[in-house]
Amino acid sequence: MNEPTSVFRNVQTLMGPVYAGFPSPTEDYAEKSLDLDDLVVSHPVSTYYMRVVGDSMIGACIYPNDVIVVDRALTAANNRLVVARLGEQLTLKRLQIVKPKRIFLKSENPAYPPLEVKRSDDFEIWGVVTWVVHALVSSRPHGDGDGRAAI
Amino acid sequence: MNVMLALVDCTSFYVSCEKAFNVALREKPVLVLTNNDACIAALSREAKALGFQRGTPLFQCRDLIEQHQVVVLSSNYSLYHDMSARVMANLAAFTPHPLEVGSIDEAFLDVTHVTAENLAVYGRQIRATVLQRTGIPTVVGLASTKTLTKVAVELAKARPAYRHVLAIAYIAEEELDALLASLGVHEVWGIGPRYAACLQAHGIYTARDLKYADQRWIRTHLTVVGHRTQLELHGVACLPLEPNVKPRKGIMRSRTFGRAIESLNELEEAVATYTARAAEQLRSQGSVASCISVFLQAPQYAHEATRTTLFPTAFTPDLIHYALEIVRSLYQHGLCYRKAGVFLSKITRQEVLQADLFGTFSLEDHHKKGRLMQAVDWVNKLWGTDTLFFGAQGITRAWQMKQLRRSPRYTIRWQEILQIT
Repeated sequence: MNEPTSVFRNVQTLMGPVYAGFPSPTEDYAEKSLDLDDLVVSHPVSTYYMRVVGDSMIGACIYPNDVIVVDRALTAANNRLVVARLGEQLTLKRLQIVKPKRIFLKSENPAYPPLEVKRSDDFEIWGVVTWVVHALVSSRPHGDGDGRAAI
Repeated sequence: MNVMLALVDCTSFYVSCEKAFNVALREKPVLVLTNNDACIAALSREAKALGFQRGTPLFQCRDLIEQHQVVVLSSNYSLYHDMSARVMANLAAFTPHPLEVGSIDEAFLDVTHVTAENLAVYGRQIRATVLQRTGIPTVVGLASTKTLTKVAVELAKARPAYRHVLAIAYIAEEELDALLASLGVHEVWGIGPRYAACLQAHGIYTARDLKYADQRWIRTHLTVVGHRTQLELHGVACLPLEPNVKPRKGIMRSRTFGRAIESLNELEEAVATYTARAAEQLRSQGSVASCISVFLQAPQYAHEATRTTLFPTAFTPDLIHYALEIVRSLYQHGLCYRKAGVFLSKITRQEVLQADLFGTFSLEDHHKKGRLMQAVDWVNKLWGTDTLFFGAQGITRAWQMKQLRRSPRYTIRWQEILQIT
């Protein structure tokens, strides 16, 4: 009589707990548990991640090695943090629009002066920064080749 | 009610994917190479202007590359695949119907809901949205048949004045004919080089000539395919949209090797690796397979064989076991193998379990294997492909594709995301 018991035990692990009498009263209420993606990523197809290098934005609580979430579907507005393309470089800055027609890219660190975008500059907004992911405990290692193990 | 279609064609797609993230490449001549860094697979406008051509072997253009400091990149397929999915998802928002994804870089959209006067503006919106959200420039052609959307795209590519978008619906017949007259018959969709030569020999040089050619003559010489093309040029839709929603019946993993393989040992490693990848995908869709085929290719040789597994499985070691049995039975000493592949078929949902007649199947064993695979997949998802792999796959894998100049997989790996200052 060994076989049938083992079969049923395994069925249990597949379907979640099975109660002998009435089904669990919570079963009707089963829902997907929280996923950080739902909170942080409003437009998955236009969202990109970047890793911050350098200290030019520490005034905005963005530190080296933080990951920023960039949405390219959003329109930039005054005071938004943006990833901007200036010529052949992408840069993370605060956008400042001074009426009537002046645009500044501002670092959040007094060591770096603001940059005025000139009419002649080859400039575009690449995307708008929506979230910052800042680790408080050193994150888990990301194996990339070296962490491989044969089984 | 006549349908209205839009064809969206990504401009130099592979190169555009690279430029979307590496903005320093913006105005530079860039080449993307095929598997193994052998030939030019895609090139930027700037590289085209320097005389580079698709398909040319890399070694033939070394001098030109050096002379103009051309940027040369290996293909970054995982990035292109992801960017293609993003482009398609953005396009899907512009039509109430399913897209027909023609290839990695083009799709047909049903835009019948758009009014005549808004059609060109709609095309511009499509282009602007895809460009802003993915960084990929496109060319958009709008017309009432697939063949005419292709015509519109060709014309928009050839003439900068159209600014990448051209609608050739709701225009006067004479105006359309004038446009068709400017397009060579060999540039018409579906007219291959042989048909083109035949047509030219009979004085049919342009798309307009083809449109007004004798219908009976076309049907005799170009069969029903040519006849359809002709009707489509007249605005009669013969080729409906075919959204590809068919569920996959089999899973295929195959690659060309980095170099020719002669030893059985290396061949086994390669096939075991492809099997492991295919099995991974099988599990990710919650399925099991009961049929496995392996093919091996050497110049002038192509062998394949199929095995039926004892019971449906997604357990990598079992599948590798069958695959290697096939490899050993096919292997011929002295051949230089160039390519191999694994195909899993007879795929069913995992929940439908079927014990075999002779009782070798044990449900307990099955679940144990399932849990092991779950753990392996979980580790590999967390820490990247191949953190855990099977010994049969080999460790150095000297046969792997050469991709010496691949760019980071910006949207695929956390370790490779773009750095920003």
